[in-house]
Amino acid sequence: MHELAITQSVVDAVTERTGTAPVTVVRLRVGRLAGVVPDAMRFCFELVTAGTPLEGAELEIEEPEGRGRCRTCGAEFPLPDLVLLCDCGSADVEVLAGRELAIASVVLATPVP
Amino acid sequence: MCGTCGCGESDVRVEALADGRGPVATADHDHSHGHDPVPGVVEIETALLAKNDHLARHNRAWLAERGITALNLMSSPGSGKTSLLRRTITELAPVRPIGVIEGDQETRIDAEKIRGTGAPVVQINTGAGCHLDADMLARGLAELAPPPGSLVFVENVGNLVCPALFDLGEAAKVVVVSVTEGEDKPLKYPYMFSVADVVVINKIDLLPYVDVRLDRLVAHCRSVNADALVLPLSVTTGEGTAAWGEWLLTCEPVLT
Repeated sequence: MHELAITQSVVDAVTERTGTAPVTVVRLRVGRLAGVVPDAMRFCFELVTAGTPLEGAELEIEEPEGRGRCRTCGAEFPLPDLVLLCDCGSADVEVLAGRELAIASVVLATPVP
Repeated sequence: MCGTCGCGESDVRVEALADGRGPVATADHDHSHGHDPVPGVVEIETALLAKNDHLARHNRAWLAERGITALNLMSSPGSGKTSLLRRTITELAPVRPIGVIEGDQETRIDAEKIRGTGAPVVQINTGAGCHLDADMLARGLAELAPPPGSLVFVENVGNLVCPALFDLGEAAKVVVVSVTEGEDKPLKYPYMFSVADVVVINKIDLLPYVDVRLDRLVAHCRSVNADALVLPLSVTTGEGTAAWGEWLLTCEPVLT
């Protein structure tokens, strides 16, 4: 259940930036090949945000699709999973996208003018 | 644990089994805590594992300064990591100093097995935790205090899922899979096999007794990771272990 540790790291990283200001929205990017289950993060989010400035915040998770490029024939194609096989038969495929694991932004409850 | 922000899980225990070494405090790392509220939308754009990655870089630099090579061994429980280490220590200890950091949820069983070889060993019990992280390794290294130029094996918690995501600061990641686990493990757990620098396929002496073809297991490793070095071997009979030993002798600390 690494999602618990990872979700805890969201709280740490956000409060390092925004301190005690109440947060209403947290936006993450979790690629489909990142090895992290967004639903598990949502489950953990409520637990780890309790009693923090992120308590009650909405969790928005963007899930970028996987994309790969074949190092043999140069073709680019969608990657639904980490089985890296090109139609040309090569397994030498570079993952271009889908492994994102980042906090994009947050929205604060009380914007200061 | 970091004394600045308290990162590190409270139920993690780090315990030395080598003789005569007391606990050593881990130096705090640099922090840039900013606590000024910012209006409205705040761009964060931080990697989710930034804190772990920062600590892993710290470990990597610490190891490189001392010429120490750390290897992160990962597998499912029962693949033979500890047995592989016992055999490796016996064969390699005359050539290069070796230390071991054992990660398990509970017990000192594996550390006791390693201590039987005479190598210094530290046991990390993660409690409920399913993986080692860079902070735990920093604490383990402080406890182990490996001599310059040594080889440190880090035996991660037996788990083919979570440890794949956490950089510890190691020079290379070694994934151990045994033929008794079936030939489809790389496909079922692609994240783990995709991060491996080396895949050790253990228990090949049991191939005649299981419905597994080695060529298919190797092909499945290749289909998720074209670059990994794949080393089939048997810890029990010693077949293939020479290639593993040769690879270990080429291992050097890395900075990136």
